[in-house]
Amino acid sequence: MARAVTSEPGIFGARQYYQNVEIPSIDARGLETRELNDQLRELMLSGGKRVQITNVCGQRYIGTRLYTPEHLEMEIEIFGTPGNDLAAFLYGHHKITVHGNAQDGVGNTMDDGEVVIDGRAGDVLGFSMRGGEIYVREGCGYRTALHMKEYDGKRPVLVVGGTSQDFLGEYMAGGIVIILDMEVQSHKANFIGTGMHGGVIYLRGDVDQSQVGDQVEISPVDEADRTVLDDYVSRFLERFPEVEKRKYEILNSQFVKLAPRSKRPYSDLYAY
Amino acid sequence: MRSFVFPEFQIIRDEEKCGQCRACERHCSFGVHTYDPVADRLVSDERKCAGCQRCAVFCPKGAIIVRPSPSYYRPNASWSREKIEDLKRQAETGGVLLTGCGSDKPFRIYWDHIVLNASQVTNPSIDPLREPMELRTFLGRKPDLMEIAAEDGDIEIKTELSPNLVVETPILFSAMSYGAISYNAFRSLATAACRSKTYFNTGEGGLPREMRDEFGRCAIVQVASGRFGIDAEYLNCAQAVEIKVGQGAKPGIGGHLPGEKVSASVAETRMIPPGTDAISPAPHHDIYSIEDLAMLISALKEATNYEKPISVKIAAVHNFAAIATGIVHAGADIIAIDGLRGGTGAAPKAIRDNVGIPTELAISSLDRRLRDEGIRNRCSIITAGGIRCSADVVKAIALGADAVYIGSAALIAMGCTLCQKCYTGKCNWGICTQDPRLSGRLNVDIASARLTNLISAWSHEIREMLGGMGINALESLRGNRDHLRGIGLYEWELDVLGIKGAGE
Ligand code: SF4
Ligand code: SF4
Repeated sequence: MARAVTSEPGIFGARQYYQNVEIPSIDARGLETRELNDQLRELMLSGGKRVQITNVCGQRYIGTRLYTPEHLEMEIEIFGTPGNDLAAFLYGHHKITVHGNAQDGVGNTMDDGEVVIDGRAGDVLGFSMRGGEIYVREGCGYRTALHMKEYDGKRPVLVVGGTSQDFLGEYMAGGIVIILDMEVQSHKANFIGTGMHGGVIYLRGDVDQSQVGDQVEISPVDEADRTVLDDYVSRFLERFPEVEKRKYEILNSQFVKLAPRSKRPYSDLYAY
Repeated sequence: MRSFVFPEFQIIRDEEKCGQCRACERHCSFGVHTYDPVADRLVSDERKCAGCQRCAVFCPKGAIIVRPSPSYYRPNASWSREKIEDLKRQAETGGVLLTGCGSDKPFRIYWDHIVLNASQVTNPSIDPLREPMELRTFLGRKPDLMEIAAEDGDIEIKTELSPNLVVETPILFSAMSYGAISYNAFRSLATAACRSKTYFNTGEGGLPREMRDEFGRCAIVQVASGRFGIDAEYLNCAQAVEIKVGQGAKPGIGGHLPGEKVSASVAETRMIPPGTDAISPAPHHDIYSIEDLAMLISALKEATNYEKPISVKIAAVHNFAAIATGIVHAGADIIAIDGLRGGTGAAPKAIRDNVGIPTELAISSLDRRLRDEGIRNRCSIITAGGIRCSADVVKAIALGADAVYIGSAALIAMGCTLCQKCYTGKCNWGICTQDPRLSGRLNVDIASARLTNLISAWSHEIREMLGGMGINALESLRGNRDHLRGIGLYEWELDVLGIKGAGE
């Protein structure tokens, strides 16, 4: 079933420079979600380590069915627009790159691996994500990083090149979110970090106290934060070489850090 | 601030019998009993007593009686003692009243107003001691039509079947999370479920890694709004996945496992830092519609390679039956319906005692609604919330359920006395606590044996009742309301239940 990408471009055809590379590919045109994911899983089980999926148009849950007890890994390149819940429940060190925009629910309850979106993402990006990394070149929708969490060495990371809409980091319990606002549109989101009780959000630029939840403390970034930012901004730029910004340009700007005031935001709520 | 609430319980110690062994002092985690060395006697601070009866059971001399305090305010039909005291507590703390267990309010218990049928002369009763009795139940989606092919006497099923859970008795353990209950209690449920060829439900707190190999085969794992402890291995080691939307004890609200209960190992299982509040938001923030739910159901089917049935648990509320049909159309294979009296480790009292509808009415309306729409085969119904004995199970099934979840009943089998103090984390019976000194009191071998005994006793009683009705397979009782009659019910109640009055 592995076949080279044809030169006939689909609606979201592979770019020219991929055509001569011997990478197995799946043409998603006309495939139902389940059929596409069947093919993807089959390919992985038969030893495939890399795949290009072309003409993707709304098929959901790509990457979700890639768990095996043997922890097989795969590098997946998607051309087109994958549907909702891309990389939902993603487990193990798979890497998914989207050459295009993604829809809602990217990285829903994702456990590990990496997702790179060379475009924008929709709502509920990184919802309940508990490991792995997501890089989005442009902006994203509402409810980003909601209830993201961490434990021990497992610390999810989400880097967004643009901005996020309302409810960013609500109930956040862990992980690192970096919103770079490269277009300098300034952060317009409200209700940021309501109920936040873990993790950290870095915003490039500034944010008003009225935009964040009561449970959130806004502070300037310190040296340790700069190291984290340096690290992930480098990784972000590596993934998007076409971004015309230098690392120092980004890092030299103002950043604010949003962190929870308490690990137990609701401890006084009850009569015992 | 001095509390104006007087003790709920009175402790009477028979000084003649008491041998000053101080067992009561050691047993009470609430610190009620202390030894006074000067007087060489034990004294009790009744204000702290939860009425859990641990001391009374474990006093080697049987010297302690714990009973509701006979003190009373001036009787007042409107201002009951409970109302007055709750109000005082809130005036003293400014907080939301928390409680544990299912509602203790005198809502009508329909089980006690329904009687079963038995065979007389015609259609003779069946003796389960000599005849086979089928309690085996398949939970999950059944095909609309079944295509079969017969070849050389072999029957082959042509239709692609959906995955189903097989239980040898229609009783499963309800969702109780590790974190809400102790490791030993959790493990006891798992052990008993495997032994009784049924399932336990992990609740939303994850499944400890070291238990996955051994107990995954009898586990239903939950995905709740907090998404704790979920990874692909967790989903795949189990036999079914349940999306928890609602809970009978607290429909419409989320939950907070207080930081004190998030011990190192609870934290590891839930995959959150120790000591943080484990917050389950009220809704799943990726589910705001039936379409969104359909998406999570499909995502879970994808994540488990279409090998496991997906259950959706909702609380029984006013228009739930219409919502439930949406849930079936969204692809759920099982609907778990939790009624007004469903238990909890912690819930705001205002919600627990005022929101939802009784399980009995819920089962019947759900079963009828799904039949009316012609989709009853597409999902199984597991009902929960207030099942206390085998007769309740039989009645639930005759009202249309496929199986039942038991929560409180299972805890009681392990020692729980329904003292409602689960949220304090100080359970003297070692069940709802993460204090190793307390949870160590619950021995897994003994507790799991008690649970296994309970299931086997109830299963036997179910066989007896079935036999009495002249039925030899549970399947024939499912939704068979002809075997039920109501006593002391209003017309509308009989209508909702779909049963006739006794004598009719
Ligand atoms: S809380 Fe329990 S153990 Fe303590 S005194 Fe009351 S009944 Fe006895
Ligand atoms: S589990 Fe423990 S604390 Fe909760 S009601 Fe039972 S005995 Fe009381």
